[in-house]
Amino acid sequence: MAGSTLASPTGSIGSRAANRVSPGAEAWRRFRRHRLALAGALILVVIVLAVVLGPLLWAVPINEIDFSAKLQGMSWSHPLGTDDLGQDLLARMLYGGRISLAVGFAAMLIAIVVGTLVGAIAGISRGSIDAALMWLTDLFLSLPQLPLLLLIIYLFRDTLKALVGPEVGVFILVVAVIGCFRWMPVARLVRAQFLSLREKEFVEAARALGATTTRQVVRHILPNSLGPVIVAGTIDVAAAIIAESTLSFLGLGFPPDVPTWGRLLYDAKDYLDIAPHWALFPGSAIFFAVLSINFIGDGLRDALDPRKVM
Amino acid sequence: MGGPLLRVENLVKHFPVKGALFSREVDQVRAVDGVSFCIDAGETLGLVGESGCGKSTTGRCILRLTEPTSGEVWFDGRNVTAMDAQALRLVRRDMQIIFQDPYASLNPRMTVGAIVGEALTIHKLANNAQEYDDRVVHLLETVGLHADHMRRYPHEFSGGQRQRIGIARALAVSPKLIVCDEPVSALDVSVQAQVINLLEDLQQKFNLTYLFVAHDLSVVEHISTRVVVMYLGRIVEIATARELYTTPKHPYTEALLSAAPIPDPQVKRKRIVLEGDVPNPMRPPSGCHFHPRCPRATERCASEAPLLREIAPGRVSACHFSA
Repeated sequence: MAGSTLASPTGSIGSRAANRVSPGAEAWRRFRRHRLALAGALILVVIVLAVVLGPLLWAVPINEIDFSAKLQGMSWSHPLGTDDLGQDLLARMLYGGRISLAVGFAAMLIAIVVGTLVGAIAGISRGSIDAALMWLTDLFLSLPQLPLLLLIIYLFRDTLKALVGPEVGVFILVVAVIGCFRWMPVARLVRAQFLSLREKEFVEAARALGATTTRQVVRHILPNSLGPVIVAGTIDVAAAIIAESTLSFLGLGFPPDVPTWGRLLYDAKDYLDIAPHWALFPGSAIFFAVLSINFIGDGLRDALDPRKVM
Repeated sequence: MGGPLLRVENLVKHFPVKGALFSREVDQVRAVDGVSFCIDAGETLGLVGESGCGKSTTGRCILRLTEPTSGEVWFDGRNVTAMDAQALRLVRRDMQIIFQDPYASLNPRMTVGAIVGEALTIHKLANNAQEYDDRVVHLLETVGLHADHMRRYPHEFSGGQRQRIGIARALAVSPKLIVCDEPVSALDVSVQAQVINLLEDLQQKFNLTYLFVAHDLSVVEHISTRVVVMYLGRIVEIATARELYTTPKHPYTEALLSAAPIPDPQVKRKRIVLEGDVPNPMRPPSGCHFHPRCPRATERCASEAPLLREIAPGRVSACHFSA
């Protein structure tokens, strides 16, 4: 009987001892197979590097007015041309990209944290708490977002401006407002994940070992429910960048002297026929940033789904 | 120690069926409908029956992974069904479970070491990292795995190896009773034998008691001391493995045994083919649950539910006609 308890004597595992694969490494391998996602990641890295390091290398002030050089096309002194006040568009775009991307990622973080929290609490507690939280989620989903956004910004902009300065104030307001209107899909996603994972055998096994509810959630349920959340997060970044552009385009985001990609578009709209480059560059910056982030989300979804063979 | 290790008394689990409107309870699935049995320390009690007869639910109710609707579970002199959450966590050091599907029962994002060692963390059974590692390695080696498997992830293992990891996890708390919920049904036949042998070795080594839930009659015959046969949420017969397989007393047991294949083409025997399907557990038949399919059924069976009665020492059967 002694030999009967040895696991598969062929040692199929032993031969692979050298290359053990963690889920992270496996996900990266699968992500690399997704060409569009990899291209998206590259483009995003370039954009992020440009807006982080760009203003240091291209040290032209963003608000230097020069009427002798207004509405110029591309040239060596102004690679992306100038606007109606003769301000350098490259400098303004690099600076504006910082704000647009920062808004995108910060709003995504808020949406994910709030959404995961609400979804997790709803998913793990049965009954009335779950029902109440889902009513809240549905309520938020049914609110007409844009009018409400405008109202909130109109009501609170001046208070916040006075409190922490115009730029930071508007940043906080825009991020909070966008984040608070984007957590609902994440909450639903997380709740659905929790409902199915809660009944999985490995969670039951943890319960049978005497794990507390907190431990079951933190160690077993949450790590296994985050795949779709990461994907939803990347899509939220893109959506937040667009939402910020929309607000700026409506003239309700940052003050006029602070350039963001959306603000640049707003300013350019009256000169589309004589200075199309003014709208083209910030427009394509938004386009490429959003597209690449969506592709990354696509790639992550495939990479994190173990059922998909790659 | 006097008395059985585990005593189940009149265990009932009804799952509510909710209507679409206002989630009103419109009906119940009677998964387990008044089940009583005992398990002595050191024995293996087999629990067999068709799919959906409530055998897994019974196992889970004993551990209170599923809350029983009513009835009592006494373990080692303590009433498990009346315990609060704190006491329940403590008693789970003595009662463990091995699951059917080794692919679903291991957390894919934890290393094998973390899976097996989780119980040590929860119950603070290791004083330092060195002791923790030593115990995890010891557990892995006990179930026939290697120390260097500790840092791997479940997806790197085969079904049989995963089931060993599941067994090591159950052993980590040094339990007295292990509920084996169809532990080999998801495995290849050759691997089934390995795992069964492992379970038997472990039982001798650690003086374990098993409740072995399965639908494979030959596996149950091999491993069990006594066998409980269930049909539609009720026990129909309890007997020692040898007696049950040679002289079944209940017509359902007879039919069940006649359906199990014998690995010898020369053996001729009478096949009892049951008519129809297992009835809907939401609408169980009147009287004896088995009467619509029973070859011996009479009018009495349709009106009067037979009680489990002792027909010989240590043998009970729920049939009006078994003697």
